[in-house]
This record gives sequence, C-alpha cells and structure tokens, in this order.
Amino acid sequence: MTSNYAFLSNEEFNALRWSSTVSWTQFVPWGGTRGGADPERRRGPTELRLSGREKVESEGGKIPEWTIWNKSDPHHLSPRCDSPTHHPLPAPSPPCSPASPLLRPPSSSASKIDSLRSKVDLLKLPLALSAKSISERKSQLGGAGERRSAGGGGGARTARSPPTRDMDNESQYSGYSYKSSHSRSSRKHRDRRERHRSKSRDSSSRGDKSVTIQTPGEPLLDAESTRGDDRDDNWGETTTVVTGTSEHSISNEDLTRVTKDLEESTPLECKRFIGPALGGCLSFFALITPLAFLILPQVLWRDALKPCGTPCEGLYVSLAFKLLVLLISSWALFLRPPRATLPRFFVFRCLLMVLVFLFVASYWLFYGVRVLEPKEEDYRGIVEYAASLVDALLFIQYLALVLLEVRHLQPAFCLKVVRSTDGASKFYNVGHLSIQRAAVWVLDRYYNDFSVYNPAVVNLPKSILSKKMTGFKVYSLDENTTNNSTGQSRAMIAAAARRRDNSHNEYYYEEAEMERRIRKRKARLVVAVEEAFTHIKRLHEDEAAASPKHPREVMDPREAAQAIFAPMARAMQKYLRTTRQQAFHSMESILTHLQFCITHNMTPKAFLERYLTPGPTMQYQQQSGRGRQWTLVSEDPVISGLRQGLVFSLRRLDFSLVVTVTPLPFLRLGEEFIDPKSHKFVMRLQSETSV
Amino acid sequence: MSFVPGQPVTAVVQRIEIQKLREGENLILGFSIGGGIDQDPGQNPFSEDKSDKGIYVTRITPGGPAEVAGLRIGDKIMQVNGWDMTMVTHDQARKKLTKKREDVVRLLITRKSLEEAVKHSKGSHPRQ
Repeated sequence: MTSNYAFLSNEEFNALRWSSTVSWTQFVPWGGTRGGADPERRRGPTELRLSGREKVESEGGKIPEWTIWNKSDPHHLSPRCDSPTHHPLPAPSPPCSPASPLLRPPSSSASKIDSLRSKVDLLKLPLALSAKSISERKSQLGGAGERRSAGGGGGARTARSPPTRDMDNESQYSGYSYKSSHSRSSRKHRDRRERHRSKSRDSSSRGDKSVTIQTPGEPLLDAESTRGDDRDDNWGETTTVVTGTSEHSISNEDLTRVTKDLEESTPLECKRFIGPALGGCLSFFALITPLAFLILPQVLWRDALKPCGTPCEGLYVSLAFKLLVLLISSWALFLRPPRATLPRFFVFRCLLMVLVFLFVASYWLFYGVRVLEPKEEDYRGIVEYAASLVDALLFIQYLALVLLEVRHLQPAFCLKVVRSTDGASKFYNVGHLSIQRAAVWVLDRYYNDFSVYNPAVVNLPKSILSKKMTGFKVYSLDENTTNNSTGQSRAMIAAAARRRDNSHNEYYYEEAEMERRIRKRKARLVVAVEEAFTHIKRLHEDEAAASPKHPREVMDPREAAQAIFAPMARAMQKYLRTTRQQAFHSMESILTHLQFCITHNMTPKAFLERYLTPGPTMQYQQQSGRGRQWTLVSEDPVISGLRQGLVFSLRRLDFSLVVTVTPLPFLRLGEEFIDPKSHKFVMRLQSETSV
Repeated sequence: MSFVPGQPVTAVVQRIEIQKLREGENLILGFSIGGGIDQDPGQNPFSEDKSDKGIYVTRITPGGPAEVAGLRIGDKIMQVNGWDMTMVTHDQARKKLTKKREDVVRLLITRKSLEEAVKHSKGSHPRQ
C-alpha cells in the first residue's frame, strides 16, 4: 500500500504538541486505527483543522480547510461523497477514493483546536495534489465532481484501483474484475481487445475479420501499427501502457537509417589505403632492384665488361625463378585488400617495411660505391650480388610470413567477449596478438557468432521498473535543507526495501505471458506459411509441353512469391511484431527471401528459419563499402600484446563488447603405459551351499 | 561385527548344538551357508559390514534340526566344533560342517539382536 503523507514543519508540530489542547499521541498517522477503535471519532468530521483563521465547527456542518484523508478508511468517508459542499483537497482520484493519509485526532479535541491560532503552511503537499492555495481550492467546491488529475505521484497507483466508478464513459468491463489474478499486462490486453471489440461492434458485423494486405514495396510497419494505437486513444489516460514495440521501433529505425546514411555519405577514407600503398611501393622497388643491378652495367659500360658465359646464364635462370617465386608469394600474401584499419601502427608490418627498406638501401649503397663508381668489370660478381639480394628478399618474406601469419595461430589466450546490452557472451582462443589485432579478430567472429543486437528487447519492461520509483514521496521535517538529498534518498530506499515488493511477481507473469504469446503467434505463422507453400508447385518442362486441359498461369519466382505472400502476410507481421524483429525485416526483404526459397526448392521450415531465430549480425548487414565504425577502448596502449587480466572494450554507438583476457592453462601431460595383456577379469563368487 | 585386522574379534555369541539328522546315508543339518574369504562380500544380504567375509546362514529348512536347535537365518557362524569360521573359504566351511564322523555340531553364532539384548540387560542391571 502506498500512501502519501505530509509532515508539518517543526514549529508547527511543536505548537500542536505542546499546546494544552491536543496531545500529540492522539494524532494517528497513516495506517493507524481504522476508526473503529474510538467511537468518538466516528461521529462527525474528524479532520484536523489547523488553520486558525476561521472557527471550526465541531459537529460536522462546516468544512475545515485542510484535511488529509486516509484512503484505507472508505467506509468512514463514503457518506460524505455526496455532499457537494464538502470538498477536501483534490486527490488524484475523485474524492470518493481518497489517496492521502488522515491525521485524525479524536473529535473531542476538535473543540480544543479552536484555540489554536497558528497557521499552517500548505507547502510540502504530495505531488499528486496541485499546489494551489486554500482559497483557490475553496472556490472549486462546486465544480469538483468527477475531477481527474493527471495521475502523478503516488496517486497513480491508486487511480487504478477504483476504476469502475471512474471511467464511466468506457463501459467495457464485461465481467473482468481488475483484482483478478491475471497479470496487469494481460489485463491491459484484455481491455484493449475489448475496446477493439466494442468499436468493431459499431462498425462491422461481429465475426468478420478484415485482413489488410499491403502492396509490396511498403515497409512492413506502416500506418497499421500506429493505427492500432490511435484506435485506443481514449482509454490510456491514467494507465501505464507498455507500448514497447510499434512507436519506439519506428523511431529507432529512423535513427539507424539516419546513422547509416551518415556513415555512407562520409567521403572515402584515404587513410585506409596509405599503408598498403606504401608497402606496395616498397616491394616494387625491392623487386626492381636486382634487375636494375643487372641492367645498369650493361647499359652504362657495356664494352668494358668481361664476357661471362655459362655460369652467368645459370645465374640468370635461378635469378629469374627466384624473382618469380617472390612475385607470386608477394601477391598471395600481401596483395589482399585490408579488412580493417587499426588505430595505431601495425608494429610487425612497420618493422618489416623498415627492414626491407634498410636492406635494399644498403645494397644500393654498396652497389653505388663499389660498382657504379669504379665501373666494375667483373660482371659475374655483379650477377652473384644481385642473386644474393634476391635470396635475402626471400628470407625477409619468410620472416614476414612467420611474423604476420603464423605466430598468432597457436592459441595462448582465452578471450571472453560479452555484449553489454544483453549479456550475450562467447569464449575464443587466440594466440599472441597485439590488442588492436585481437580486437579485429574478435570483431570478425562477432559478426558470425553473436545474434543480432535488438534494441527493442529491453531487460525489464518499464511498467515493472517504474512501479518501484513511484508511490513514495518523503518530505523532511527540518527547515534546514542541508542534508536533504542524501537523507531523503536513503529514507526512500530504506522504506522501499521494507515495503513488500511484488515486482518479481509481475515480471514472472509478464515473461510467461510474453512466451505464450510468442508461441501462439509462431504456431499461426507456421501454419500459414505451410498452407501458402502448398498453393504453388514447380512446373517441369514436360508438364508444360503437354497441353493443359485447364491452362494454368505460368509465373516466374518473383510473381509466385507475391502470389503466395498475401495469405501469410498478416501472420508474419504479427509474429515479427511480437518478437520485436520488425525493424530488421521489411516487406521487400521478406518477398526477396521468399522468392529465393521458392527458387531453391526450400520447404516452409527452411523459409522460416530466418525469422524464427534471430540470426547472426552478418545476416542483417547491407553491403556497403564504408565499413563499420568501432571504437577500441583500452587502458593499455593498443599495440602492446595480450596478457593476463587485460580488459578492453569495443564500443559502437549503442552497445559495446567487453573483452577479458585470461591465459590458457599450461597442460602437463603425463604418460601411462597399459600392457594389452594386462586386461584380465574374474567372476564374482557368491555360492550358497546347503549342509 | 566389523573387525580390525590384527586385533582380536569380540562378539557376543550364542552356543547352538545341532544334532545331525540321518537321511539315507547323508547327514543333514537343515540350513545353507554363504560367504567365505573367496566370495564376494558385497552380495551378502545379512551382514552389516559389506566387507565381512564370514560365514552366514542364508536359509533354514523349516522343521529341520537347525531350526529346532535355535539357529536363525542371518546368523554368522564364528566357530564350528572349535574350528574357526571367520577366516575360511566357503569350501572349508562346508567341509567342517559336513564331517561324516560327527553327529553333533556345536556352533558359536552371533547376531545383532544378541548384542542388543546384552546391552539391555546390562543397562537394567548396571552392576553386571
């Protein structure tokens, strides 16, 4: 039970307390005696009148100016509901069901209160009540009637409790009692259904089901999803509704569309290609060098060269083949389009490029100094020199292969990857990598292994969470507001903890209800698809040749898909909406997929596998050339290698992946030799002899 | 009735004297035995300690000499005519019981209820 209560300020309380008229122990705060204990209280008004301006009548005719009602005492207050002159402060619900506690002194002391001259402020009222002055309220006596406030504060919960008296314009409660054991959401949906029914009763005959078939090309969530909410506009004033899917998903889809457009409209990043371009230049230079070594002497001082016969030709051949191997392996290993741009330098690649550069530069230096200048005549030596360069280049390529490709193949660490929004986690084994390379590796696996992130699936429905926050307002007694916030929050938390909390109950039933709904929709979808698939069949060539008695229209896959899409459209739409997947599948994509399945002779089950389980993120990627932007967040420099206890995270716009590194355990493998002849068995004896 | 290897076994025993009955040329006692150090002690339904390899009475012919003498099913035979039965093979036990020259076998048997009876009586007469 929630209740609001207002505390008096300190001096007021003291004034009341110590005045001779009223002893403060007779003030019963909320939840005290229900009025039955003290017979004195039963008669007449038992409101505490604290304003000293007017005389109070104790016998109950005149209305005191400030009363706080205890909502747990309806029988005491019901005779008063009718009197128009009586109007307490407007509660969030109409005065018949008050929502505030009652400070009730015995009526005998009401006469004693006459002597009070202190005036009480009307500050610090529960939020549900508007902060008007007393005089304004008095002026609203006449027009009180059925006043509905906007249900804030703690009154929101109680606004639901006496509904039948409230919303008389919505006479829908055909037998369903609000206090039934069903969960609130099913109640809501029942109400929704009833309202639908009532409205359709007006328009069309009952039992008529109207199916709206959207023409292909429109997105699946079109006006119908919002139309549903418009239809139920009137009833949603004081109730909290889990709208969840339709409206939010529209806005979310727009948002993602906008961000995607932004991503695609950014100009082509040249940074992506700098590294490979540099490497390409360097390797071209390195490949050209041996040929240059050979050609330059021939060009420059051909006549002075000593003729070099068979050995040179042998060297030519080996040089040629080595260069060919170098070329092919460079193409195979290094000339691949890069898949990721790393935030920092890729250390090994830089190292190798520097090495190659130094190598080639030093060879050129030597060549220039020792061959070009003195115009060396020993051509064979020059050819051997060039051959040695090619050998060295081959060895550098071997080094590159080992460093870039082989070293990280042996697993050394176990990475645990957890998605921050819904806790989906996976474990991977990687070798020795730097953090940035490990991040790229993880992202490669992420697109395949993790189910797609669905922002529409929240952890707890808002209706359950919000209940925890509402219903409790704490007002401090002190005037000095120094420690207000902490004291208040602590008090609120303590009180909330003490209060009996039923939100787990709600959550449980909500979950069960959701599951049931999904299963129901899934069953309908499966049946609809199966039936739809029976409508078409593949036409074989010989069948077409035989002249048909009843000519059948021959369709290509696209038309066939459109033809059988209509009966299953509604079931599919409902199912996608229930599982909150409608943002991922547009009508166009469903038709394309259907066409694909028909073309490849797939069964309905194969067609449905795409929709029944949320697939990996890869399935939903559009082929855009710009790539996905991920941010690597790490405390250590990203070029450092992986080690135990490292944590880094990969952040995207709305979720992030947190990666924890643990080393793989060192395995001590022992050996035990079992002689095959040592396997021997005996029977167990249990004999019984009679003597 | 568990024992610690190397330590003497203590048990409350009852003396039973069975007169062998002559049936034709066989002398029968009217009960069956099971157990022995070459048998599987886990299969013994009567022993408390499933590693007890002693000789147990598994069946008693109703009305036979053993029943008349007071032997009950589930008894563990500790001695037969002075021969120890706690560490014998099944066959040795059988041989000790079926000696053709003896007409009478004097058994020392033990059972759980004996111990309890002694405890009871001890408890009621603490002086003893």
